Amino acid sequence: MKRFGLFAIVIVIISALLGLGVHQLNQASGQGNAAKTLTIFNWGDYIDPALIAKFEKQTGYQVKYETFDSNEAMFTKIQQGGTAYDIAVPSDYMIQKMRKAKLLLPIDHRKLKGLDNINTQFLNQSFDPHNRYSVPYFWGTLGIIYNDKYVRADEMQHWQDLWNPKWRNSIMLVDSARDIMGFALVRDGYSMNSTNLDQLQQAAGTLNKLAPNTKAVVADEIKMYMIANEAPLAVTWSGEASEMLAGNSHLHYVVPTEGSNLWFDNIVMPKTAKHQKAAYAFMNFMLEPKNAAQNAEYIGYATPNNKAKALLPKAVRDDRQFYPPAAAMKHLEVYADLGTKWVQQYNDLFLEFKMHS
Amino acid sequence: MKKVTTLTKTNRLPYFSLYFLWIGLFVIAPVALIVYQSFFGIDHSLTLNNYRTYLSSSVYLRMTFNSFWFAFLITALTLAISYPTAYFLTKLEHRQLWILLIILPTWINLLLKAYAFIGIFSQSGSVNNFLTFIGVGPQQLLFTNTSFILVAAYIQIPFMILPIYNSLVDIDPAIINASHDLGANNFQTLWRVIFPMSINGVRSGVQAVFIPSLSLFMITRLIGGNKVITLGTAIEEHFMTTMNWGMGSTIGVVLIIIMFITMALTAGGRKGKAKS
Repeated sequence: MKRFGLFAIVIVIISALLGLGVHQLNQASGQGNAAKTLTIFNWGDYIDPALIAKFEKQTGYQVKYETFDSNEAMFTKIQQGGTAYDIAVPSDYMIQKMRKAKLLLPIDHRKLKGLDNINTQFLNQSFDPHNRYSVPYFWGTLGIIYNDKYVRADEMQHWQDLWNPKWRNSIMLVDSARDIMGFALVRDGYSMNSTNLDQLQQAAGTLNKLAPNTKAVVADEIKMYMIANEAPLAVTWSGEASEMLAGNSHLHYVVPTEGSNLWFDNIVMPKTAKHQKAAYAFMNFMLEPKNAAQNAEYIGYATPNNKAKALLPKAVRDDRQFYPPAAAMKHLEVYADLGTKWVQQYNDLFLEFKMHS
Repeated sequence: MKKVTTLTKTNRLPYFSLYFLWIGLFVIAPVALIVYQSFFGIDHSLTLNNYRTYLSSSVYLRMTFNSFWFAFLITALTLAISYPTAYFLTKLEHRQLWILLIILPTWINLLLKAYAFIGIFSQSGSVNNFLTFIGVGPQQLLFTNTSFILVAAYIQIPFMILPIYNSLVDIDPAIINASHDLGANNFQTLWRVIFPMSINGVRSGVQAVFIPSLSLFMITRLIGGNKVITLGTAIEEHFMTTMNWGMGSTIGVVLIIIMFITMALTAGGRKGKAKS
């Protein structure tokens, strides 16, 4: 009993010391003027850390970088309040949703420098007319990854090709209702934003026929599996694809010309922003061609910044996989926020498909 | 005498109130909130539609059946492995060390264990390397029902072994000796004497495994490749993707009800024992 008591005391003392240490560390990192901080809420590993250091040095602001792993989680966190994010980076449909929920602050374009560096193609999108609330950060597409050890390039150019019985139990799909239902809709010749129940049900029927070819419906793990040659085919986003291609030279990315999704991640100022001046400084910093180019090279996603793109190596700039030609760009569709009822419908049909496979 | 009882009563009250506060805040309030949420539609209006949808949709009913079936298989496999293991553990020397080795994996994060299995089962993983080596050739192991059940059972095994082991250790060796003296062979002793006396351990083991297995969701994706869809998957989707908290809560309520039924069914025998 005596030994046990001693043991307990030692543990309590160690824990107390650790707690004190953490407190000290927090104090040290939060040093200086509290007004000179900037809190960024971004996806994990979605900015070159060197750029944060550069920004801190250049402007004197202390950056607090917090991450989220889904648009919905970010939305909930900002909506519930109690947070002080000055900058967030949601995707297109979520920007529309946040706008509707009045969670965003309008951006004063007079305080922005370098918005004209952005390709006009990526401005004034339906989810945010005249970019009143958002500044483009990265953009990308949805497409097919294939491994040239098992699949020839001419065998995999269109969504239709996925249904070929040859690919039995070979395809990995990303676990996202809008995207998977989306390409089934495109295959049937409809819009990815369809709110027509007949079209949706037809697409769901088409999708269920893909079940025998579906190996798994997974999330981030797709990257690891495709690099390890676990499956010959996958459907996922261009951002993920660029990471996979870097890890396995046999992989290739195709955006079917008949149509696909065009997505955006844009910088916004949530309602919770307390340091607006710092937020503008950050947006201007990220709009600078040199910084945007450095970030694009680190992340590997496509930059909407024309001047930054010009600074990228020629091989990256001319990569048609990630900067599709104009003819293909024309058929890309941006997701609209369809409202909870239709989102539910898409997800119900997708869940049925998952149970089917 | 009277004075003493009143004293202890007043002394106890603060302790009890802390206890009630804890249970109220962290057990009763969350359950009440889930029940409350389940009566709201996506448009935040009070409705019974969630339950109507649940009971009339073949998708949810099939999902419920699926969850049940898989939870049953997982529990059965876990029990089949754990009972003999627990039995042999009682026969060993250095029991504490063996028990520690069984508890050890529960200290490792579930996600890490799941990822480790991805490495083991993948096309270039150790199992397939072995199969290729003995001439069987690589097999598709990941994303199959078998691998899902195996991994789930692996994760649950410690929670089954411990209660069974505890009830087996409690059995007085004299009773087993008596059984042998009275002419029972080994199997008869096991089936007629040891098993009935350890039934309470089996019951708590089954409860500890079956109930969480009903709502497994992460390994359904990581190991099952979302080819196994359980109620847990649906709850995750309703809370994280469609933000239809009402429907998610409804499924939660259904799970809680199933949980109570399971508890009632598996706890049935204890009353009988108390009577005798």
